[in-house]
Amino acid sequence: MTKPLLSVRDLVVEFPTRRGTLRALDGVSFDIAPGEVLGMVGESGAGKSITGAAIIGLIEPPGRIASGEVWLGDTRIDQLSPEAMRRVRGRRIGMVFQDPLTSLNPLYTIARQLTETIRTHMDASEGEARARAIALLDRVGIPAAARRIDDYPHHFSGGMRQRVVIALALAAEPELVIADEPTTALDVSVQAQIIDVLKEICAERGASVMLITHDMGVIAETADRVAVLYAGRMAEIGPVRDVILQPRHPYTAGLMGSIPTLEHAADRLVQIPGAMPRLDAIPAGCAFNPRCTQVMDRCLRDRPALRPVAPHHASACWLVDDKGAHHG
Amino acid sequence: MADPFLTVTHLTRRFDVSKPWLNRVLEREERQFLTATADVSFAINKGETFALVGESGSGKSTIAKMIVGLLAPTEGQIAIDGQKLDPKDPVSMRALRRRMQMIFQDPFASLNPRWRVGDIIAEPIHTLGLMPRAEITVEVARLLDLVGLSKADAGKFPHEFSGGQRQRIAIARALASRPDFIVCDEPTSALDVSVQAQILNLMRDLQDEFKLTYLLISHDLSVVRHMSNRIGVLYLGRLVEVADAKRLFHEPQHPYTRMLLDSVPDLALSGRRRKPVSGEIPNPISPPAGCAFHPRCPVAQDQCQIAVPALRPTPTGEAACLLAGVAPPTDA
Ligand SMILES: Nc1ncnc2c1ncn2[C@@H]1O[C@H](COP(=O)(O)OP(=O)(O)OP(=O)(O)O)[C@@H](O)[C@H]1O
Ligand SMILES: Nc1ncnc2c1ncn2[C@@H]1O[C@H](COP(=O)(O)OP(=O)(O)OP(=O)(O)O)[C@@H](O)[C@H]1O
Ligand code: SF4
Ligand SMILES: [Mg+2]
Ligand SMILES: [Mg+2]
Repeated sequence: MTKPLLSVRDLVVEFPTRRGTLRALDGVSFDIAPGEVLGMVGESGAGKSITGAAIIGLIEPPGRIASGEVWLGDTRIDQLSPEAMRRVRGRRIGMVFQDPLTSLNPLYTIARQLTETIRTHMDASEGEARARAIALLDRVGIPAAARRIDDYPHHFSGGMRQRVVIALALAAEPELVIADEPTTALDVSVQAQIIDVLKEICAERGASVMLITHDMGVIAETADRVAVLYAGRMAEIGPVRDVILQPRHPYTAGLMGSIPTLEHAADRLVQIPGAMPRLDAIPAGCAFNPRCTQVMDRCLRDRPALRPVAPHHASACWLVDDKGAHHG
Repeated sequence: MADPFLTVTHLTRRFDVSKPWLNRVLEREERQFLTATADVSFAINKGETFALVGESGSGKSTIAKMIVGLLAPTEGQIAIDGQKLDPKDPVSMRALRRRMQMIFQDPFASLNPRWRVGDIIAEPIHTLGLMPRAEITVEVARLLDLVGLSKADAGKFPHEFSGGQRQRIAIARALASRPDFIVCDEPTSALDVSVQAQILNLMRDLQDEFKLTYLLISHDLSVVRHMSNRIGVLYLGRLVEVADAKRLFHEPQHPYTRMLLDSVPDLALSGRRRKPVSGEIPNPISPPAGCAFHPRCPVAQDQCQIAVPALRPTPTGEAACLLAGVAPPTDA
């Protein structure tokens, strides 16, 4: 593999609470290569958003990165000063969140928000910044961009706002875009448009993408590799095709079978019993053990590490030892 | 065709969304109405699952609420087993109501947080006077068992349960009055996929066991495909297509249905190339004239802007498109 653009090593994020310390991320490691789209999936509460927030230095205190490292190229960014981190955000890492209104200021015109971002991070005159902003809006599919640029966010529909947010995230030509559920609040017909725009424009500019979603269909069509999180730990990571068609972790296998598809009708969906544990009740050993159909003694005692099962494909499951002799 | 259990004819619901009177006068504005449901007719057969799909605001929940009596229709009729629902006849309404229950999307909002689970489930039994008090505890235990919970759970409060478990409680409560028809409005949209699978499997098992008829509402086409026998597709309050569930996905007849299917991301990695979908849903207060879909429709003709097309027969059901049966069913 080429040298990664982003490298996350053994990341641990903790939230101190009255009833003890909750570990929201527990030893998460992964890389993103330049130009690569990494999908991140998992159930609600698995730690997807916390992973994104930790990378961009936006964990809400008293939450904190307890250990681990985050590297962006040759720079270690998990220990930067708030000021230095602000410069990394926006300039080197762009962000797209689920609700476009969290990224847009309702009081400013689209023009002002875009040109400010461009001029803060890049060397451009007011006129150049405006021209660049219009070109960007046009690129993300805002009709009559030269006219609409002077509108306020509330003049746009939800889908159009999310296009503006994508333009804003890309305004300073970042190397990495973190998109956290960018289409969850949108209608299906609009979701597909937004994912297409995000993917195309990042590909054009060679930006890497970390795409957080709970929609496996979106991952299947968009990502190069996918990481599956479970209870704050990485369960499996690998090329999209391999993880979807030959999952090597029982949780991923269950997850894939539990999703109804348009292509073939199944009589019954695969059912994973129970639910993901809360952070204050994560069992010893493998966090998935109470729900796993293939649980062994060892799973109750020892926590499995993420180990390779195939080229670029790793799974954190004790079954990995007996090579390929299981689910698929 | 089998006996229809539920028949809905020319169902229409308008909401008055005008500004307050004074503002209207000062700003010289007309009254404004939003037509959430426009002339919708369909029938659901006994024991089948009929699904309504459509994007946000297409009128799915409005139809559901009119059917279970939470909202009065502006026009049109609803009949069960051939018997019209008549709000002016409370006695027969009560008898018919007992046969219908509803499950909502949000299992957090639909369960009273201050009541114990046992009381929540027993409530319909009490209000309808279905059995002597002494038998109710046993009945609640039976219902809990049916939905995969335990009898001890009757003493707990809703907040002690996960989202999936709360949806099970809502289902147990819906089953308490022994209904033969359940309206499920986005029953799994708030749940994770692994928990969604548990609930969908449970709904199917219960349907087989009690010969239940379902109206399933969802914006998730894969869920609908998995669960239903027939599907109705809504666009801006109107039914644009009704078809056999399996055939709808292979031979969509209405251009909007085709567009909707094209927008679903492909999990099967079949390499199917999706066509980019254009445009957004128009404002429902002033929908486009004629076929409301015409501004987004790739095959629209001049006459599509003039009259609202009626549902007409297609090989797979019905579609409200001037070109239905004329246009090639798949655009290559
Ligand atoms: N400020 C906080 N204090 C305590 N716990 C927190 C805080 N923020 C997040 N958590 C916990 O961290 C865990 C991971 O949360 P996160 O938001 O990353 O989940 P997610 O995978 O993004 O889920 P979703 O799909 O619901 O967005 C959850 O259990 C959550 O309750
Ligand atoms: N009480 C109300 N007053 C005014 N407008 C309403 C009311 N209830 C619904 N509407 C409008 O009617 C239309 C249909 O709403 P409905 O809730 O039936 O849609 P839906 O298909 O269930 O959407 P969703 O997928 O978002 O649940 C929407 O435009 C909505 O804003
Ligand atoms: S009636 Fe016309 S505009 Fe409407 S869907 Fe059919 S072809 Fe398209
Ligand atoms: Mg999240
Ligand atoms: Mg609704």
